[in-house]
Amino acid sequence: MNSRYQPALFWFAVLNAVATFLLIGLGGLVTSHEAGMSVPDWPTTYGYNMFLFPLDKWVGGIFYEHSHRLLASIVGLLTTILAIWLWAKDARKWMHWLGIAAFLLVIVQGILGGLRVRWNLDWLGVPHGAVAQTFLVLTCAIALFASRWWKNSETEKQIPVPRGLRSHILYVTILIFIQLLIAATMRHQHAGLAISDFPLAHGKIWPATTPEAIADYNAHRPAGTIGNPITAFQVNLQMVHRLVAYLIFLGVTAAAFLSRKKLGGADWLTKFAWFWLALLSLQIVLGAATIWSNKAADIATGHVMVGALALLTGAVWWLVAARRTRI
Amino acid sequence: MAGDLTGTVTFKGTPPAEKEMTPIKDDPNCSALYPAGLPMTHFYAVSASGGLADVVVSIKGAPTGAAKSAPVILDQKGCIYSPTILAVQTGQKIIVKNSDPCVHNVHTVPKENEMKNLVQMPGGADLEFAFDKPEPFLKFQCDVHPWMFAWVSVVDSPYFSLSDKDGKFTIKNVPAGKYTVEFAHRKLGTKTVEVEVKADGATQDFAFEAK
Repeated sequence: MNSRYQPALFWFAVLNAVATFLLIGLGGLVTSHEAGMSVPDWPTTYGYNMFLFPLDKWVGGIFYEHSHRLLASIVGLLTTILAIWLWAKDARKWMHWLGIAAFLLVIVQGILGGLRVRWNLDWLGVPHGAVAQTFLVLTCAIALFASRWWKNSETEKQIPVPRGLRSHILYVTILIFIQLLIAATMRHQHAGLAISDFPLAHGKIWPATTPEAIADYNAHRPAGTIGNPITAFQVNLQMVHRLVAYLIFLGVTAAAFLSRKKLGGADWLTKFAWFWLALLSLQIVLGAATIWSNKAADIATGHVMVGALALLTGAVWWLVAARRTRI
Repeated sequence: MAGDLTGTVTFKGTPPAEKEMTPIKDDPNCSALYPAGLPMTHFYAVSASGGLADVVVSIKGAPTGAAKSAPVILDQKGCIYSPTILAVQTGQKIIVKNSDPCVHNVHTVPKENEMKNLVQMPGGADLEFAFDKPEPFLKFQCDVHPWMFAWVSVVDSPYFSLSDKDGKFTIKNVPAGKYTVEFAHRKLGTKTVEVEVKADGATQDFAFEAK
C-alpha cells in the first residue's frame, strides 16, 4: 500500500474521467440524432459481437449508437482497472470503496442503457442521463483525490473557505444537477422543441397551454421537425428549464463575486468561480442557439457537454474548498 | 343487402410546398441511389385534377369481420418507405421488405399496440407485422435513417379504403344502412360525413381545404 502521490494512478484516473466526459458527449449525439433505437439489439449489434461489427455498417444512426456503446465498454474497462488499482495500491480505505462504487455505477449504467434499448422505454433514458452525470462527478472526484495537490494539502497550510460560501456553491451545484434531470426528461420525450422561439415562448412571456394552443403549436412547428407531437407538459417543462437556467446563472454570478470578496481575486478558487460563470454564459448562449437552430444536433450536444462541465466545476470547487477547510 | 361506397377525395386550394429530402445525403449508401437528384417529400399527393391520395376512408361503427386475408406490402426502397401511407384491418398482416443495399431497423411507434424494433439486413428475410387494436396513423420509422417514416392506419372492420393517386376510393360490400364516414389525412386532419348506403351502393365525395 502506498500513501504517497502516485502519478501513474492519478493520470489513469484522469484518463477515465476524460473518457467519461467524451462518453456523455457521444450520448448527447445519440439523442440529438434520435439514434438511440437504431441498433435494436443489445449487447449484440445487428446480431454481431459488438466488437466485431463491420465498419462498413457504421452508417446513419448506427454510427452514433454503436460508437457510444464501444466507448462505454472502454470506460467500463478503465473503471474496472481503476477500481482494482485503487484497492491494491491506495492506502486509503475509503478510496477502495470509492473505486468499487464507480465500478458498480458503471455496471448499472451499462444495464440501464441496454434495457433502454431492449425494452424501448423512453423514461429509462432519464436515469441513464442522471447516472451519467453522477458517474462523471465520481470519476473526477477520484482523480482529484489521487492528485498531488490533494495528497500535499494534508500537510501544507491551506486558506480555509467560509462556510457560507461553500454552502452557496453546494446549493447551486445541486440546482445544476436538478436542471440536468429536467433537461434529460426533455431530451427523452423525443418530441423536438416544445417551444421554438427565444427569449419569448410562442410569442409570449409565458405561453398558453390550452388544448387549442397546443394544437396550434403542433400545426405550425418549424420545417424539418421530427418526433412526436408536443404536449402541454413539455411546454411547461421547457419553461421550468428556462427559469431554473436563469436562477443558476444568478447563483453562479453571486458565487464569483462572493469568492472574490471572501477569498480575494488572486485565489485560484475565485478564478475557478469566474471560469464557472463563463461556462454558464456559454451554456445560456448554447441553449438559445439550440432553439434558434431548431435543435441542430451539434449545438444541442454542445449544450449537453457544457451542462456536464458546469455540474463538474461546481462539484470540484466544493470538494477543493472542503479540503482546504479540513471538513 | 350490401353495396359499394365510392367517391373521390379532392383538395381545394394550393397545397404547401414539398421539400427535398436533403438528410438522405447523410448516408452515402442512400444518396448513391439518387444520382439524378434527391426525392421530394409527398405529404400532399394532389393530382392535376385535384384528387387527393393517401386519405384513409373508413366507416365508423361498421360491423367487424375476419381480417382481410391478403397481406399488404411495405417496402424500403431508396431509403424511403413505399408507400408512406397504408391502411390495414386489425389482425391483417403487413410484410416489410428491404429492397435497399443497406441495413434498416423497422421500429413501430404505436400508441395503442405493441411496439417492435427489428433488424433488417440488406437482402434479409421479410418481416411480418400485425396489430390487434385500431389506431390511426401508427408510425413506422427507421432510426438508422431518421428521415424514413411510414404511417399505417389500423381499422377495426373490413370497411375502409385508401384514396388512390386520383383521389378515388371504393369500400366494397357495405351492408345497407346509415353510417358516419371518416376521411383521415395525416396532415389535414380527420373529417366525418353522414352517408346512407343503399342496396345499390352510394357515392360520397369529400373535399379537404388548404389550412
